[in-house]
Amino acid sequence: EKTGLGRPALPEEVAAWDVAVLPDGTGLPEGSGDVFTGDEVFAEKCASCHGDFAEGIDNWPVLAGGQNSLTNRRPVKTVGSYWPYLSTVWDYIHRSMPFGAAQTVTADEAYAITAFILYSNGLVEDDFVLSKENFTEVRLPNEGGFRPDDRAEAEYPLFTGEPCMADCAGDLKITKRAVDLNVTPEDPDGKPAGTLPPLTLAAAGDVAAPAEEAAAEVAPAEEAVATETAAADPALVEAGEKVFKKCKACHKVGDGAKNATGPMLNGIVGKAAGAVDGFKYSKPMQAAAEGGLVWSHEALAEFLANPKGYMKGTKMSFAGLKKAEEIDAVIAYLGTFGG
Amino acid sequence: EADPLITEVQDWASSFGDPVDAAPYGTPIRFESHVVRRNVEWLTESPVSSINFTPIHALEGTITPQGCAFERHHSGAIELSKADYRLMISGLVETPMVFTYEDLMRFPRTVTTAFCECAANGGMEWGGAQLEGCQFTQGMIHNMEYTGVPLRLLLEEAGVKPEGKWVYVEGADASSNGRSMPLEKALDDVLVAFFANGEALRKEHGYPVRLVVPGFEGNMWVKWLRRIGVYDQAVESREETSKYTDLMADGSARKWTWVMDAKSVITSPSPQAPIRHGKGPLVITGLAWSGHGKIDRVDVSLDGGKNWQTARLSGDVKPKALTRFHLDIDWDGSELLLQSRAMDETGYVQPTKDQLREIRGLNNVYHNNSIQTWWVRADGEVENVEIA
Repeated sequence: EKTGLGRPALPEEVAAWDVAVLPDGTGLPEGSGDVFTGDEVFAEKCASCHGDFAEGIDNWPVLAGGQNSLTNRRPVKTVGSYWPYLSTVWDYIHRSMPFGAAQTVTADEAYAITAFILYSNGLVEDDFVLSKENFTEVRLPNEGGFRPDDRAEAEYPLFTGEPCMADCAGDLKITKRAVDLNVTPEDPDGKPAGTLPPLTLAAAGDVAAPAEEAAAEVAPAEEAVATETAAADPALVEAGEKVFKKCKACHKVGDGAKNATGPMLNGIVGKAAGAVDGFKYSKPMQAAAEGGLVWSHEALAEFLANPKGYMKGTKMSFAGLKKAEEIDAVIAYLGTFGG
Repeated sequence: EADPLITEVQDWASSFGDPVDAAPYGTPIRFESHVVRRNVEWLTESPVSSINFTPIHALEGTITPQGCAFERHHSGAIELSKADYRLMISGLVETPMVFTYEDLMRFPRTVTTAFCECAANGGMEWGGAQLEGCQFTQGMIHNMEYTGVPLRLLLEEAGVKPEGKWVYVEGADASSNGRSMPLEKALDDVLVAFFANGEALRKEHGYPVRLVVPGFEGNMWVKWLRRIGVYDQAVESREETSKYTDLMADGSARKWTWVMDAKSVITSPSPQAPIRHGKGPLVITGLAWSGHGKIDRVDVSLDGGKNWQTARLSGDVKPKALTRFHLDIDWDGSELLLQSRAMDETGYVQPTKDQLREIRGLNNVYHNNSIQTWWVRADGEVENVEIA
């Protein structure tokens, strides 16, 4: 029985939101793209996380390789080694990528990137062109590797029935201790983060006197920050914040910013290169740092325009900002974060 | 010696406390400031595509406050107003439909309590004991009382065509995080929810509207729900192929492993909740749940699984919801190897880690519902261990 609530969706509304692509090709739009174009688009939009060859940077997803690794202790689950359907690749690129700028990949670009990922997995030749027409002809190697949930047959009979209540095991020894791995986040006192404080403390943060001394030592370091930033144009800074979305996946700024895939960037404008504490720089960056490189506005602008051209071998896998306005804006934005 | 807290007049017993409206929407008293969600930074590359953990070691009862219920985002928690909210039903339906938030508020509502557990809860523990504290080992779970519209009513409004067998749900955030489920589940107990624990959903839980899929893995509980598509097949999206599938030891993989099997954990004592009061009366408290229905029984072992005793189930036992258990013992101050073992109404008994490893191997990131062992030392400190 219908309530009459809601309204029929208009065709153009359905077209805008109903964009899922299914294994049989349902939902694919017209279009095509070749490996060569895909390589270029991938370098620009994807490589900063997934690597130039889809090999994955740090813990970002690896998209290529890993064939025959699924039984290894460290399986590498890629499009070529694990993903069952090509439609998933196209759909995800088109609908959810790039990270931080979803739905900016055109249909042709999605075909091209997908073609490049097939190529990087050794599944097609470099002259391959993927299109709506030939899409379903491409099958991924692990399509047959999946089966629907079989726990009801494979597990539940084994785990059902009245369990043992007494004398169920012989002598037991501790074989593994989490403390040996030492990877749990910790509170300042070395206990696992969030450990309930003893009732003698009013609150978890209330630690005895030494904390005050430590605070006193830190204070003098916070001296006057760069003066350059004082005159920053608010509109430019705002524009820069938007541009910085392209950088955010790897670089953090602001209160409590920490190193991530890239170094944290508080105070970077005017700072010596390669000098952010705790970040492991590439060899070329270390060499530039030793050579006295300072991130002046000019140096940053050159670097951001073409990172790999400016510094061959830099870990910063980013194609670069093409527009001078974007570069100026992002530097102005970065300038608002003191060291 | 007399207690000065009793014999001397304290400030709070003489002068004023806060007036009303000092905090029009209150926050926990500062003495509880440690009871917060926490993440494990090395787990993920970016905090906008990451997860944090419910402080279950510090909570009691069964309802998880929204403010400390774990968050999992794939592209950050978005800000979507009720005015800007639209829900579309498309695909194999008689009439593709659009509903506003106000439309949803005019459909008949229902109230249900359900646990939401990430399929990866306990995933870091497959290889061995790894993280110190049930917040980190079992804390990808929360349990709330939801109010919303049965998805069935919305599907009926659009009219599902006979060839429609699957329902695909996706969010309005940049990840869109789409998942497929069989039409039978969508017509059964799935809720399009807008209230949790009596108030509007918090932003991080999908304000203004999220899906509630009782018993199924958390990834399917799509937040900022934007579209429901009816199809004749599964969409096989990224979240149900490359992720949330279970790689077995032989290199094959299970897909569509939606249901969360029965599981339990002792929340105190635990590594973040050591025993500080010495020997004598000790309350052992924990949580049990099953995606297949009601918890039937929970047993507790003090000696690593050699001997078991049945715990009390406290409060109402609801299907596909967290159940609290308690066991009150007289601790003699000796070491304990604490374990809990849940059984649900289907007769399923929570397995050991080794039983699961024997079937699935070590590469099975998801669905680790095995028995947890806590080593309580004589000094009351507690460690996450494995025994054999």
